[in-house]
Amino acid sequence: MTISHAPPASKEPDISPVSASDPDLQPLVPTSSRRTRVPRWLRRTTGPVLLLALWQLLSTTGALPPDVLASPGRIARVAGDMVADGSLPAAMGTSLQRVAGGVLLGLLVGTGLALVSGLFRIGEDLVDAPVQMLRTVPFVGLIPLFIIWFGIGEAPKVAIITLGVTFPLYLNVYAGIRGVDAQLIEAGESLGLSRWGLVRHVVLPGALPGAMTGLRYSLGIAWLALVFAEQVNADSGIGFLMVQARDFLRTDVIVVCLVVYAFLGLLADFIVRSLEKVLLQWRPTFTGR
Amino acid sequence: MATDVHRPVIPQAVHVEGLTRSFDGRAVIDDLRLDVRPGEFVALLGRSGCGKSTLLRILAGLDRDIEGTVLVPRRKAVAFQAPRLMPWKKVWRNVLLGLPGKPERAVAEQALDEVGLGHRTDAWPKTLSGGEAQRASLARALVREPDLLLLDEPFGALDALTRIKAQRLVGELWQRRGCAVLLVTHDVEEAVLLADRVLVMDRGVIAHEQRIDLDRPRDITDPRFAALRAGLLERLGVEATAAEAA
Repeated sequence: MTISHAPPASKEPDISPVSASDPDLQPLVPTSSRRTRVPRWLRRTTGPVLLLALWQLLSTTGALPPDVLASPGRIARVAGDMVADGSLPAAMGTSLQRVAGGVLLGLLVGTGLALVSGLFRIGEDLVDAPVQMLRTVPFVGLIPLFIIWFGIGEAPKVAIITLGVTFPLYLNVYAGIRGVDAQLIEAGESLGLSRWGLVRHVVLPGALPGAMTGLRYSLGIAWLALVFAEQVNADSGIGFLMVQARDFLRTDVIVVCLVVYAFLGLLADFIVRSLEKVLLQWRPTFTGR
Repeated sequence: MATDVHRPVIPQAVHVEGLTRSFDGRAVIDDLRLDVRPGEFVALLGRSGCGKSTLLRILAGLDRDIEGTVLVPRRKAVAFQAPRLMPWKKVWRNVLLGLPGKPERAVAEQALDEVGLGHRTDAWPKTLSGGEAQRASLARALVREPDLLLLDEPFGALDALTRIKAQRLVGELWQRRGCAVLLVTHDVEEAVLLADRVLVMDRGVIAHEQRIDLDRPRDITDPRFAALRAGLLERLGVEATAAEAA
């Protein structure tokens, strides 16, 4: 069998079997030259700014009465006043203290229980079932019981936050411990690590990503629990400011408090992100830069 | 390495006799016998599921559900098919992990230098390439100065070029260190290239034994190499192709 060649280019190239017709060429334009030059952050902020402008417009034209919702300008002014007279920082301090106390206790209880049931089989048998049962009780529903037990001071508020924080933390740390790669544990064994060495060098670091997820959930729930706890029999804190404002139909103060809650939530998220940046820097999947 | 120093009592790096390991009543290893001399390089071949990895895990002390006699050196080290580095520890900390006392970083650096990874001591394991991670895993095994080095298909997950380099490295390290090596593999060529003795495992026992007396470094294109390879392949149930038989 002979090898078929394309005929020499000089001689009738159009009858060669492969060049039936010239293909229709299309230029591929680089994406950068097509995109508009508006920076991303500017595009991202346009939406919220437009929304604020619309809100202000509706307020000034009277379409949105202040009894329903105060205007952004007024809210900013009220916020300034509340900071100036010290009522807002004082309330924030009280609320932060409650959250800090509840989160700290919840961290201790949640991770403590997770370690017991994650590391020891007997611990799992004793701890896991009751925790899984208690977890299904909506913790907010326990407020009346807590008031009976702890009165109406700080204790029931901290207790509610503790309860809200404990469960997500427990679940994630426990799952993190149990999800550690068995191959790595085996490798640790083959390297001659003791039982405690395995826990310290393999199990706990391996459970850390799960623990961070748990912490993030926990902090989210902590603010939620704070809102509930502070609207019951509070005489200080942001929730108290809101209840007071409700009685006087002060929508501006209510919105200021909501903004503060949102701000504190962002702050908590920032803290978790920073922690992750330090503790989970070994993960190449990390993208929170 | 394989000099005949055994006089009256043969010193042994591994002595296994009457070893049986069952899973749910089915014996994966059935009355197995195995001896490895100090400094000997033994390759263990076998089809998948023949129990060769189980045997290695037993020798590593990771599987104790066994019957029979198993004697292994106190100082032994394993390198697995996956490098199994702790991703949360930098490479040099991985190398030192589990060593008694408080070893200095220089110890790790020396071991990493030996496998040609001295420039990545401070890297996170997940940033290493497959070949680099496998070399780090080797350094971690060697830093223990083992009398027995157990290798469980350590080149299986590497690409062809990296594998050739890694095989050469293991050969060099073995000659320098003089420890006994048991290499579990399914690559016949690799076994003939590296080992003093090739064992073929089948149905839970060592079914065939082949000494490899070729001079080192060995040449894959040597006809004697090809003959040994073809013979072993046949033992494993793979007929040689016409080209190889020629």
